[in-house]
Amino acid sequence: MIDGTGMPETAVVIGGSSDIAAAVLKLLAPRRLRSVVLAGRSLENLVQVGNDLRGVGLQSVHCRHLDVAATASLAPFTAEAVGILGQVDLVLVAAGQLGTSVLEDLGAEDVSSLVATNFAGPAALVTEFAKYMVHQGYGRVVVLSSVAGVRTRKANFVYGSTKAGLDGFATGLSDALAGTGVTVNVVRPGFVSTKMTAGMKPAVFPVDAQAVARAIVRGLETGQQVTWVPPKLRYLFAVLRLLPSPLWRRLGG
Amino acid sequence: MNSGPRRLFAGWGRATWTSAHVAAPANQAELEHLVFEGLEGFGRFVPRGLGRAYGDAAQCAGGLVIDCRGLRSVIDVDHERAEVRASAGISFDELLEFIVPQGYFLPVTPGTRFVTLGGAIASDVHGKNHHVDGSLGAHLKRLCLVTPTGVLECGPQVRREEFEATCGGMGMTGVVVEATLRLLPIESSWVVVDTERASDLDACLSLLSADPAKYRYSVAWVDGLAQGKRLGRSVLTRANHASVAELPERWQRQPISYRAPRVVKVPFSPPFSFLNPATVSAFNEMWFRKAPRKRERRLEQFASFFYPLDGVGNWNLLYGPRGFTQYQFVVPFGAEQALEKVLEKLSTGRVASFLAVLKSFGPAGTGPLSFPTEGWTLALDIPLATPGLPQLLDELDLLVAGAGGRIYFSKDARMRPELVQAMYPRLAEWQAVQGRLDPTGLLVSDLALRLGLTRRESLRHPETSDK
Repeated sequence: MIDGTGMPETAVVIGGSSDIAAAVLKLLAPRRLRSVVLAGRSLENLVQVGNDLRGVGLQSVHCRHLDVAATASLAPFTAEAVGILGQVDLVLVAAGQLGTSVLEDLGAEDVSSLVATNFAGPAALVTEFAKYMVHQGYGRVVVLSSVAGVRTRKANFVYGSTKAGLDGFATGLSDALAGTGVTVNVVRPGFVSTKMTAGMKPAVFPVDAQAVARAIVRGLETGQQVTWVPPKLRYLFAVLRLLPSPLWRRLGG
Repeated sequence: MNSGPRRLFAGWGRATWTSAHVAAPANQAELEHLVFEGLEGFGRFVPRGLGRAYGDAAQCAGGLVIDCRGLRSVIDVDHERAEVRASAGISFDELLEFIVPQGYFLPVTPGTRFVTLGGAIASDVHGKNHHVDGSLGAHLKRLCLVTPTGVLECGPQVRREEFEATCGGMGMTGVVVEATLRLLPIESSWVVVDTERASDLDACLSLLSADPAKYRYSVAWVDGLAQGKRLGRSVLTRANHASVAELPERWQRQPISYRAPRVVKVPFSPPFSFLNPATVSAFNEMWFRKAPRKRERRLEQFASFFYPLDGVGNWNLLYGPRGFTQYQFVVPFGAEQALEKVLEKLSTGRVASFLAVLKSFGPAGTGPLSFPTEGWTLALDIPLATPGLPQLLDELDLLVAGAGGRIYFSKDARMRPELVQAMYPRLAEWQAVQGRLDPTGLLVSDLALRLGLTRRESLRHPETSDK
């Protein structure tokens, strides 16, 4: 069960070896979390995160190989996770790849694979879990979006557009779930220094995975629908959204 | 799978919302039919009264919530024995309207009259008179319980184990459909109240300890935000029922009248909590200052003395969308240091608690999961939006458990599950009885699931029961 302070006992984490996911689990472990299912493409990395988590007090950690782009595997995975945990309190979707947005390097395959990994796959999987949670009578879904999807820019428009899609899907789903006891939290971080962004030049107001994790846990406590990290990005983007295109083009390089 | 309409449920604190199917049987026959034949596909079920438990005690995510308000009649008043027999869905409000004009009061009442008799039994409620009269279970003569294994009559002499497991059993032993309650005969519907201020915790505790039998009702309102030397400053109100001779002459001709004031409702929930450290500390300051240093023998009506908050309906909405919780614990006499430490941590943490309530409990009742045990009990309402609150309360849990104390399940929404065993050492005994009455694990509230009250392996999950 989720307790009155929003803390889950069980969780399914997609992209379980991501820096942000690992940081979130480390914050939840000393609170109420006792069992998790970690899913991702590299079983090896998952097992490593899993071992760390057992060290901080998690009773049970199950690691499963999952490629969210492989749609046929999503329903069986959901059923398996439900079977393992009994009740699914939290689903955290932290899977995602940056890919490239340099036109010369982009092939049709690259674009459709990034769409599948960042948007189509996660959206399909969230649908499966959301349906289960409605049946269960409660549940919390946390989806990692990005400010890159709030207004796409030329430097990462492929990544940005996949996040825009996922963001729109999750906020719409959140409204569709009103009255069911299931809630969705869309998290929009700015530039996060993680392994995914290693070697890149930080954008304005950079944060680390720790800060995103703290914001996610606070979001669980307050039950909010949208979480900006850092919070001031909400106001910055209220303005950036309205900038005339020529200006945005120059800024968005 | 059962696909009827669902409803969202939360407790009085509006903290955890879960959806469930609802059934509202109109009488005992319908209820029995439901429990014996109509549970297919629901997985689990839980009885619900007026939803005044603060946390998740009367909800059942994905299962079936049985609304017991259909069963609410007074069956019989026995004037010779001063007893009332009533259906368990009746509220204390409705019961009072019936019994007070006949010269009786409830033997035990919580701070609100909007609870059902069944819910009050399941929580084994206590009142301002616990130090003299014990909890509600001590005044029950007989219960009728619909359990998954059959209909059961029980009482302190008949099927004692089942009776005791039901008092404070949080509804997990079955649905109470009927109860016989011993009443308190009264001469008037007035109480004589003495009010006194205490400048700090020590003064408050020594006033509450001195001559405990002098007042039937005794409670202290503590300013939870006062710090340092003023830590625990409080206003004590202590009272006894007024005899006819104590009333002014013009009231003596009609010493009993029961008029509960009409309830003013909070129209909507504000987008944020109206109760924050600033507003609450201003309120508490005013409350303390407006209280007389010492005032004796003031006459008050039942409604204003026993149910001050009932004058405002839905006051829980004032805490905003995130809701609130009540932290109520008891520590044994002698553990005053733990009590002080808890107050200190709450006041320095600037946790806005709107009038904390402190009182002393007499000896414990017989229910294995009944909350009241001899000692000091403190209850504080706290907005859940308070940053850092969960960790602070987790710390307090340890303090309370370390002092040999416990948390009140009916108020709880978040306690540490691993401390249940230490706080309720008779848990296994209760589980044995509960398991006998409900061998397939059908009765599991969200609270029971969260805290592992009923044995986890007996849990029937909706998914597995469907397929």
